[in-house]
Amino acid sequence: MLEVSDLHVSYGQSEVIHGISFEAKKNETLAIMGRNGMGKTTLFKSLIGILEAGKGSIKIDGKDVTKNESYQRVENGIAYVPQGRMIFPTLTVQENIETGMEVSGLKKIPDDIYALFPVLQEMRHRKGGNLSGGQQQQLAIARALVTNPKVLLLDEPTEGIQPSIIKDIARILNEIQQLRDITIIVSEQVLSFTMAIADRLIVIDKGNFIHEDLREDVDTAQISKYLSV
Amino acid sequence: MGDYTTQELLSIFAMQGFAGFSLFSVLLLMALGLAIIFGQMGVINMAHGEFMAVGAYTTYLMSAVSEKYFPGFIQYYFVFAIVFSFLIAGLLGYLAEFALIRHLYKRPLDTLLATWGLSLIMQQTFRSVFGAREVSPTLPDWLLGSYQPTDTIDIPLNGLFVLALTAIVTLGVFILMYRSSWGLRVRATTQNRVMSGAVGINTKKIDRLTFALGCGIAGIAGAAFTTIASTGPTTGSLYIVDTFMVVVFGGAGSLFGTIASAFSIAQAQSILEFFISGSMAKVMTLLTIVIFLMMRPEGLFSIKVRK
Repeated sequence: MLEVSDLHVSYGQSEVIHGISFEAKKNETLAIMGRNGMGKTTLFKSLIGILEAGKGSIKIDGKDVTKNESYQRVENGIAYVPQGRMIFPTLTVQENIETGMEVSGLKKIPDDIYALFPVLQEMRHRKGGNLSGGQQQQLAIARALVTNPKVLLLDEPTEGIQPSIIKDIARILNEIQQLRDITIIVSEQVLSFTMAIADRLIVIDKGNFIHEDLREDVDTAQISKYLSV
Repeated sequence: MGDYTTQELLSIFAMQGFAGFSLFSVLLLMALGLAIIFGQMGVINMAHGEFMAVGAYTTYLMSAVSEKYFPGFIQYYFVFAIVFSFLIAGLLGYLAEFALIRHLYKRPLDTLLATWGLSLIMQQTFRSVFGAREVSPTLPDWLLGSYQPTDTIDIPLNGLFVLALTAIVTLGVFILMYRSSWGLRVRATTQNRVMSGAVGINTKKIDRLTFALGCGIAGIAGAAFTTIASTGPTTGSLYIVDTFMVVVFGGAGSLFGTIASAFSIAQAQSILEFFISGSMAKVMTLLTIVIFLMMRPEGLFSIKVRK
């Protein structure tokens, strides 16, 4: 569903991602694990088109989007939940979700979105900026889902969120996985969270993939070692 | 205010207040366009006044043409002139964005210089085409004359017309910005351009249309302006400073703030002008605004959310 080959990404002269290749299959949940500063966010930003790829290619469902702008990639079926949520603070919850509906041509927020996130329905007339971190995270996921993506990117969805809500988010992601034909790619540092959702784990270190495991085969002690400083 | 009776004072306030309404209307129409463009794109459009002048000259041209070729049309041309002013100023704005401004988005100071250059080019074009002398369109009869509620109060009809026009345009902008999906995209882009792209909004297209809309509204301001004063090549630049003042005082990104700010600035100037000289009135208004902004840099109204 998502094919990345030999992707290089740089900030000016300094290259951060050094030729990464991977593929995420249909209905697969892939976790990319790594410490801070290892290139997770950079990788995600280049997948959605916020950062330009220096070299390599990105394909969604067979279509090459490497040269496309963000909004065209979204049209092609990729959606993005950024690190730090980045919801629109002065738009209401409902309006926040509606910003994602231009691409999918939906006129009304589908019921299944509110079924997944009942708290958003309750708060739909509040300003997005006045929600708590966990609620904003749910809002950012809802906003991405209404674009009807084939591939959903989540960049550190648990960052700054309390443990009980982290469990909720894991449950919601599993539910989404069951309800839709969707490939989920998530970047994370919290191993328990990825173990609850991912089919496959990849460890990124200094802009290279250094380790890969199916969830069944994961040696948690070994991965924890990669994640510890 | 020694020599006036209470009755006279009331009439003065009513009439100066109403003159203030006309100024308020033009300022608000100008500021609406400027605020949308500045809020959305962070572009300080120094040529905004010239887009107003485009509207004013369009109205003048239409008046001249109908006077010469379709004398029967002279009573009605003005309504069409407003529409054409909007379209022509909007189209020029669209072209300016396409040819000039979109290349400079990441360089705010350069857009300032570039739009200033554009304003000089436009001024010279007006001078070459229409001459340096001020021009006025022939107003239809229904815009002349005045309404006299009492013996001492005289309220000009053109002022009433401009006020009504402003109300309609403001309402239209409000509906467009807060009730349409296009407005939602504009507001999303204003808040976070990168993220708007990442939820599927074509931000470049939104920018171009927003710029065109802002300039189009300036064009309407120009058409309205012709009913209360005559138009010269530098008309636009006379209003641009006041317009910036309105936008900053009102708080960028707040439609209601822009209205309140245009109202208070226009009224303060108009009423003070009667009692002290025009330039003193301006100094007083400016001083008040400067002091106010020192205490409240975000302007009159700003939307509060958790940081």
